[in-house]
Amino acid sequence: MLDSYLPIITLIVIALCFSIGSVIFSRLIGEKKPTAIKLSPYECGMPPVGSARERFSIKFYIIAMLFIVFDIEVVFMYPWAVMFKRLGLFGFVEMGVFILILLVGYAYVWKKGALEWE
Amino acid sequence: MTPEMLSLSNSPGLFVGIMLLKLLVVFSVTMLIVAYATWCERKVIGHMQTRLGPMRTGWHGLLQPIADGLKLFFKEDIIPTEATRVPFLLAPMMILVPALITVAVIPFGPDLKLGGFLIPQQITDLNVGVLYILAFAGLGIYGIVLAGWSSNSKYSLLGGVRASAQMISYELSAGLTIIAVFMLSETLSLREIVALQQQDLWGVCSFVPNWYVFTQPLAFGLFVITGLAEINRTPFDMPEAESELVSGFCTEYSSMKYALFFMAEYANMIVIAAITATLFLGGWSAPFNIAILTMIPGFVWLLLKIFALMFFFMWLRATFPRVRYDQLMRMGWKVLLPLALANVVITGLVVVILQ
Repeated sequence: MLDSYLPIITLIVIALCFSIGSVIFSRLIGEKKPTAIKLSPYECGMPPVGSARERFSIKFYIIAMLFIVFDIEVVFMYPWAVMFKRLGLFGFVEMGVFILILLVGYAYVWKKGALEWE
Repeated sequence: MTPEMLSLSNSPGLFVGIMLLKLLVVFSVTMLIVAYATWCERKVIGHMQTRLGPMRTGWHGLLQPIADGLKLFFKEDIIPTEATRVPFLLAPMMILVPALITVAVIPFGPDLKLGGFLIPQQITDLNVGVLYILAFAGLGIYGIVLAGWSSNSKYSLLGGVRASAQMISYELSAGLTIIAVFMLSETLSLREIVALQQQDLWGVCSFVPNWYVFTQPLAFGLFVITGLAEINRTPFDMPEAESELVSGFCTEYSSMKYALFFMAEYANMIVIAAITATLFLGGWSAPFNIAILTMIPGFVWLLLKIFALMFFFMWLRATFPRVRYDQLMRMGWKVLLPLALANVVITGLVVVILQ
């Protein structure tokens, strides 16, 4: 267990040190002449109008929700795919039924227009 | 005495030493490719547009990446007053770190014998290797969303939201596409997947290896497309569409923090190329079973395949215009997803019939 994950933990530490180190280093040697205009959000040279924390299209929420639902199904298929040759016809029919149920939901989402962007 | 696999239990000192050596080599090679991929991309696209690309720094601009890096180090690090500071600082690291650590499971050669031990040429061989890659590819999205939201700028927010919707849509198809490969390989370990691809093609033709690109051509094509969309490369570079969103989620970033986004983009490109090469193009194995070709060390073949794929990505950038956002989402959900699902079913059907 530790054999396989020790290198990954070490690599995470190296990558973190690299990114934190380079940000700190550039802060130390970089120029610092902040002005009020420079620190305001960019808006094509105009003074910024209103806040950016506005509401945005509900489409994005729907996509996120659909992703969670479908991604769980996909993850569910991984162990099945690895065992597939040993399960044979039984496994195939079993997954066929599962995919069919999945397709019903997919067709419903499509028909409802959740995948439309205008 | 048959050599046994080097592990923490039979020789802890050697294990840690070799591990650090491998980490150091892989990390520096990745960073070197990241640096020179930027130069290469500018050169390739330059020549495709009958320009020369960078020429001033060093021979044919070879020192350009170093000059760029130095310049970014000396730039002013701006944190906008309206930004939410902590996520603003964390976001670039949250993108770069997952991009850099996914290379850990890519095998780059056969096992080496050293003093009675077998040393795998791979940082670590996880039995869930592919799930590990998908998990960390998913983590990168957090960085982009946080960068977009915490900047508190309209362009950044739009870029971040677009990027997240695009990445999760295509991650779905990517995850579904490679299931067909695991149905054939019966393993998620990349080491074993490469070993399986060294067998004879369909068990008959001993000259050509059993690369999964031959058995799964549709999955290969789908994976390249979804991979491109997941790393936000042209023609799917909606999140940083410079003609409408300035620079997308990294509009407000400057200095080294901006450089981290840039590095992450190229590191992701390397990762996608490496995964495609490992899953479909035989990883580090030679293309034909000829003695001269198999004598060349494995990492050379892996790097050649990665470079070929990266060249292909750059070529696409020079060729295709950006797709529209609604077209992009329609393609992801209404074309790629059903195709990937159909590919799984067809693969299953063929395997069952052949059994």
